[in-house]
Amino acid sequence: MTTKLFGERVERREDGRLLTGAGRFTDDLAHDAAQAAFVRSDFAHARICDIDVSGALDVAGVLGVYTYDDLQGGFAERLPLLIPHRDLKSPRTQYALARNEVCYAGEVVAMVVARDRYIAEDAAQAIRIEYEPLPVVVDLEQAVAVGSPLTHSDAADNVAAHVSEMKGDVDGVLGSAPHVFKWRFRPERSASMPMEGRAVFARYDSGQDTIEVYDSTQAPTGIRAGLAELFELDWDRVHVIAPDVGGGFGVKVMQFYPEEVLVPWASRQLGMPVKWTEDRREHFIGSNQERGQIHDVRVGVDAEGRILTLDVRFLHDTGAYCPYGLIVPIITAAQLPGPYRLANYRYSFWSVFTNTVPVSPYRGAGRPQAVFVMERVIERVAHELGLDSLEVRRRNFIQPDQFPYDVGVSWQDGGPTVYDSGDYPGGFQLLLDSLGLDGARQQQAEARAEGRLVGLGVGCYVEGTGIGPYEGATIAILPDGTVSAATGLSTQGQGHETIFAQIVADELGVPLERISVTTGDTRRIGFGVGTFASRSAVVAGHAMLRAARSLREQTAKLASTTLEVAVEDLVFEAGAVHVRGVPEKSVPLGRLTLVSNPLRYAYGRDARFAAELAQRAYAKADRPLPEGSRPGLSALEYYSPAAGVFGFGMHAALVEVDRRTCNLKILRYVIVHDCGRIINPLIVDGQVLGGLAQGIGGAFYERIHYSPEGQIQNASFMDFLIPYATEIPPVELHHLETPSPRNELGVKGVGEAGTIPVPAVIANGLSDALGVPIDHVPLSPEELFQILHREPA
Amino acid sequence: MKPAPFAYHRPGSREEVDQLLAQLGSEAKILAGGQSLIPILNMRLASFGHLIDLNHLAGEPAEPAVAGDELVLGPLVRQAAALESALVAEVIPLLSQALRHVAHPAIRSRGTVVGSVVHGDPAAELPAAVALLAGSVRARSRRGTRPILAAELWTGALENTLAEDEWVDELRLPVRKADEGFAFEEFARRSGDYAICGVAARVRAADGELKAAVAYLGMGGLGHVHALPPVAAEEIDGPGLHSALTEAVAELDPGDDLHASARYRRWLALELGLSCVSRAAERALK
Repeated sequence: MTTKLFGERVERREDGRLLTGAGRFTDDLAHDAAQAAFVRSDFAHARICDIDVSGALDVAGVLGVYTYDDLQGGFAERLPLLIPHRDLKSPRTQYALARNEVCYAGEVVAMVVARDRYIAEDAAQAIRIEYEPLPVVVDLEQAVAVGSPLTHSDAADNVAAHVSEMKGDVDGVLGSAPHVFKWRFRPERSASMPMEGRAVFARYDSGQDTIEVYDSTQAPTGIRAGLAELFELDWDRVHVIAPDVGGGFGVKVMQFYPEEVLVPWASRQLGMPVKWTEDRREHFIGSNQERGQIHDVRVGVDAEGRILTLDVRFLHDTGAYCPYGLIVPIITAAQLPGPYRLANYRYSFWSVFTNTVPVSPYRGAGRPQAVFVMERVIERVAHELGLDSLEVRRRNFIQPDQFPYDVGVSWQDGGPTVYDSGDYPGGFQLLLDSLGLDGARQQQAEARAEGRLVGLGVGCYVEGTGIGPYEGATIAILPDGTVSAATGLSTQGQGHETIFAQIVADELGVPLERISVTTGDTRRIGFGVGTFASRSAVVAGHAMLRAARSLREQTAKLASTTLEVAVEDLVFEAGAVHVRGVPEKSVPLGRLTLVSNPLRYAYGRDARFAAELAQRAYAKADRPLPEGSRPGLSALEYYSPAAGVFGFGMHAALVEVDRRTCNLKILRYVIVHDCGRIINPLIVDGQVLGGLAQGIGGAFYERIHYSPEGQIQNASFMDFLIPYATEIPPVELHHLETPSPRNELGVKGVGEAGTIPVPAVIANGLSDALGVPIDHVPLSPEELFQILHREPA
Repeated sequence: MKPAPFAYHRPGSREEVDQLLAQLGSEAKILAGGQSLIPILNMRLASFGHLIDLNHLAGEPAEPAVAGDELVLGPLVRQAAALESALVAEVIPLLSQALRHVAHPAIRSRGTVVGSVVHGDPAAELPAAVALLAGSVRARSRRGTRPILAAELWTGALENTLAEDEWVDELRLPVRKADEGFAFEEFARRSGDYAICGVAARVRAADGELKAAVAYLGMGGLGHVHALPPVAAEEIDGPGLHSALTEAVAELDPGDDLHASARYRRWLALELGLSCVSRAAERALK
């Protein structure tokens, strides 16, 4: 038998290309295309009184200058609300080009297309816009206060939606609980910052009336469907391709950003290829962000720290628009209980507009906030009751025999939130054993005796992954024996080319290097959903499995005729079909493709063989293509999960605050992680470690600073601090594999996992080190200094 | 992020640079390593009608060299070359110590020592080190050359006393004397970032007495050197140092910004100063 590749540490096949500069990103295409630049609002909220584009028209090399008034038909409508919700009473999305009013600094007001980007930017600078500034609201609490400035001048208030759900009897239990505590927690706004910003290149062909769009998107199939609608073109006249994409982390799953509509539109207007590549400043003010929430929590506990009830009311900052509906706060609400058993749980959230960049999911998607709140609650309960917080966790864990476990509130797909499997106490014990709890506590005690500020932080989470609706895969065996597989979702560096090939290789018995994987190209497969919610391995992975299996059945049938043996006696190995026990009797897969395809014309050695087959059939007065068969060996299958699957993890960190510099030092960092069966441990390690780095950013570095006027104060990599490798500690990483009973491979998603608990872990560690509650993130040396050296009153 | 249009000049000699500057004056900007200038141009925070690119000057030294009791650095000596230079480490250890904190290898491989000194960012390492070393630059123009002491080079953040037709073709730093010790300490949010606070210290040991001086970066000022009162060698770590540095810090005028308050910066200046002076003293006494 060929060695099974599922579960092996197979090296990433895409890395050679990506790490040596041989990748092909959108900006690598079409250097001769016309280039777009955008004029973005300087004001967070203003009425547009006048736009004078005459200065731009005078710049030599300018091909087109556009404002809202130039848009027609669907292009002049507001961009779509992607995910409606029954409680989303006052949704708002923006126009592709602002109409009358701008509601955040960075909103696109005008577009210039020119011979090159330099000229386009010169011309954009020459456009004069007269604004009448309007009152601005940035602060979330102010936004819901009576008399607040309005994000949208024609709205009644700033609330997009109010949603509440309850399991059990929260008020009753709060009334009877031995202890009730009330706290406030505040995760602040951040942004995901992929290395490659967004990019769009569109080529409209007026002769064919077709349009081809290259887009650094996480959802090319959705972009295709939307553009077809806007252009009023058949689907097969519109193709969207996501080539190599340099990171996504959620920010590129938005559909549509204004530029994704405007660049293709301009290509049709001008009858020429048009390209736009976002620069970093544009990314800060024009690409979606996340994380800002304020939570008010009431918790009822017994004397042993068992949580009897939890009541969470939170404000969710959705920025100026809510194109992604309520997905982020719904995830926060559903994932807040995490691995803990809450018999009585209620959440109420308000999704609130502010004059800031719109909000949509960023890696973790509402979960880092949820875990931060829950884990701080655990710590504070333990502190108030004088209990060991590790023991408090143990007393509240959902037990392994309680699965499937119903959280009791709705999941982001509209169904119930029901965990499929997990072993939280087991994972926790592994974490503490790996940490060496006694040793760590002794190290902490010794350090404290020396006057050092050392603390232990722990955080646990559950991550819902692998949601539907579906993904598809198409796989073909080519005449040269190579296998070509494609799926509709796109890849941003996760390693899909490797893991999908592993699944296909195992089914077809083909060496990995003979399998090619294409992602995110609607020319190959038009149906698909996208890369988000840690769903690719689960959903597209099973589509690959099904397509490979269907292809194998088809191939086996043909091979059984060709080799004249029963299907049950066939073995797929080393790129050929063999007769079991008769090694010399076999047929290569490529030859079976030829056999399936009788030809009239012989183009080469292999085709001569195929043409011969056709002649043989005629000689026997048979049909060259038997009834019910078709030429070629290929299969197209879809997989649609009935429910998501839930991974989990626990992190622990030993942290120190340097008394001299007031800076954070991470002395130890231990991770236990469970995403069900692991397809490729190397890739899972990479996902978790990359996530951790992004989580450390979220805990201590990355914060979007807004001024009260709605201007981002740190819109560059000099001031928005992404941790370097030097800021990331060595990590001890352990895997558990609790298979999902909900799918055949037993897999769960992993893409977001590493990021989720880190702010909670670091905050818990710092709180322990300093002996004070820390109830917001991200933190900074300045804040640690203020805690250590409070100004005398 | 594309710059506004400019004319690009590529002179082949220092004299050609003089000539171009005489013609173009304030419309021209000198481009050396470009690690500060190019981002500023790309973000359109500034624009110049003309850029004069020094990178193609013929026969310019790539390495620092000693002339008499001074180290001489030409306008194209990269920060990476100075950092890797064994000569620099031996004759002016403070420069090596400071360079270690300057950004990252990619930036140091293009950025020049002279360029950073002339640019004059108050949060940059090299101006503070050069001030503490009492270095000087040579300004030149078609009218001739003149030395400018570090203390007289900067008038404020990113501002200097060069005339419109002048540029700097040389930095001179006095080599270390046998009884001198140096140390450099810095705190930044991330490794290689501009300093939240940094301190350079120089201590001279003579007749059992230690004379210390410190220069700060990231603390608002530029080019100021604080001389501390002399102390007996055995008292260097005593309360005298604490009070002398407290006084020095009181003279500083750091601002609040996104990353640190003035109060936190003063704390850092004192903490880093104490250990920095102690380490410099140890080295002076060796």
